Amino acid sequence: MSDKVIIETRDLVKNYGKFVAVDKLNLSVNKGEVFGFLGPNGAGKTTTLLMLLGLTEPTSGTATVCGYDSTKEPVKVKHLGGYLPEKVGFYDDLTAVENLDYTAALNGLTRKTAAKKISEVLQMVGLSDMAQKKVGTFSHGMKQRLGIADVMVKDPLVAFFDEPTAGIDPEGIEQVLALIKNMAKRNVTVMLSSHQLHQVQKICTKVGILSKGHLVAQGSVEELGREKIAGGKVRIQVQLAEPSVKLIKLIEKVKGVAGVETKDDILLISCEKDLRRQIAKVAADCDSLIVHMKIEEFGLDEIYMKYFSEQK
Amino acid sequence: MKGLMAVFRKELADNFNSMRFIILSLIVLGGGVLLTIFVAAQNIRSGVTETTQYIFLRLFTVSGDSQLLSFPFFMSFFIPILGIVLGFDAINGERASGNLSRLSSQPIYRDTVINGKFLAGVVTIAILVISLVGLVSGIGLRLIGVPPGAEEILRLFTFTFISIVYGAFWLALAILFSVLLSRVATSALASIGVWIFVLIFVPLIGSIAGSATGNDQIASYISLISPIALYGQSIQAILIPSHPVMFVVSLYYTGLEPNPLPLNQSLLIAWPQIISLIALTALCFAGSYIRFMREEIRAT
Repeated sequence: MSDKVIIETRDLVKNYGKFVAVDKLNLSVNKGEVFGFLGPNGAGKTTTLLMLLGLTEPTSGTATVCGYDSTKEPVKVKHLGGYLPEKVGFYDDLTAVENLDYTAALNGLTRKTAAKKISEVLQMVGLSDMAQKKVGTFSHGMKQRLGIADVMVKDPLVAFFDEPTAGIDPEGIEQVLALIKNMAKRNVTVMLSSHQLHQVQKICTKVGILSKGHLVAQGSVEELGREKIAGGKVRIQVQLAEPSVKLIKLIEKVKGVAGVETKDDILLISCEKDLRRQIAKVAADCDSLIVHMKIEEFGLDEIYMKYFSEQK
Repeated sequence: MKGLMAVFRKELADNFNSMRFIILSLIVLGGGVLLTIFVAAQNIRSGVTETTQYIFLRLFTVSGDSQLLSFPFFMSFFIPILGIVLGFDAINGERASGNLSRLSSQPIYRDTVINGKFLAGVVTIAILVISLVGLVSGIGLRLIGVPPGAEEILRLFTFTFISIVYGAFWLALAILFSVLLSRVATSALASIGVWIFVLIFVPLIGSIAGSATGNDQIASYISLISPIALYGQSIQAILIPSHPVMFVVSLYYTGLEPNPLPLNQSLLIAWPQIISLIALTALCFAGSYIRFMREEIRAT
């Protein structure tokens, strides 16, 4: 195993009685990546996270975090990794600072470093004003941000977030996403589970799609899209002022172009690689006006739906 | 170790800040004080003429004919409530508030959570029991004016220790239910149910079995599974030096007061009961461990 791999599972299986929640899962996440773990409810996302943190035992297979086996050395894993559960709770009758103080103490921080670290992370999540308020008065979004602060207090190498944006308002979601992105900038490897695809697409460098305990796809959004929707090709969208048959014929002859589809005034050109330069040249030679041209972007929604429509 | 201290400190602070503990300790301390004044007044009235031995200890035991007003009875009644109040939501309360997932994702061993909570609870019980015994001794000393002898002080220490062990048992039982049952209300009910069963039904079953078989021994055997009986028997042996042991019962009824036993002999009589109490506590604890250590902790 290389040093770059931070999270790894090998043939991870978890059964609940006869129900197979996670089935021979193999995945690896490298250092500094933001890994989005996608899948419908009940696909086994949370179960996998729990196994990675040693909060439940796998039926078979291994889960390792930073080289430590999550089942055999959970304390070491939890020393290096932070976890924000889906329904995070705090001691309602303690203040934000007191709650984080407890976490810091459990992580063995001294009082002095804890105090410094806590004011730093509260500042970061924008809760400095609420530091001395009891957590019972906090909104759901604020608790979620406090949860992120709680994870950051221990200065983790890896952070696991289970549905970090579930049930909070759009502004809150933006804040949470920005914070997670910020963590990644500080070289923290992040693994988050979600089914809010737009948000995942915004911050994740890599995604894994889980269905009924199987990992059906793993890679960057772009890779998955190219593979699944465009059949492994780069697709270029060209909008023309006046599409002509002559031009289409010329484009088809460009080396590397696999096919051209027309939709009104838009051409969809499948190619082996990015051929925008060549296509622009052909169009210019033909005296056609290009309104705009871009490489087709794949929405995670599309990719996701495609995977699940195939499953059925 | 650091983790244990962190859990311990937090739980201790929580115990002393919680409204339920404050209310309960006011009742216990207030009740204890009133009781002492009552008992002491009675002792003074009776002129303490019967015997000059162990006058101070009588503060804690004799209270006329009414068993209900004796200090040990009071303790055997309130300590279980205290233990249950401190422990009934130890684990499932954390689960319900969503804290358990967060707590167990910190770098501590899982038993640290139970150990820390148990330790904090025992210390809380100890503080309350010690202050109660101290308070009663102080007021009693003021009222009857007879200082305790060295042996009496030792006996009081032993009594305090047994009371703390007794409290620890109820705490461990409450924690066990809080691990086994997922809802706070259910675990509270289960603990109280056990307490009522032991308090009311075990003696009843004992006496029915005793009268049915015509063997008095059976009742005492059955009572041995009851922590309340264990506590009652052991503190009787400690607090009443002339406690009628099995073979002197007949003497007692002829009106002859048996000679008081020295402390080590009293301890010998109380020893099996004390060990049984400790064993019952350990049993509850083992149950909590077995269940909690390998349990899946899911945040819903």
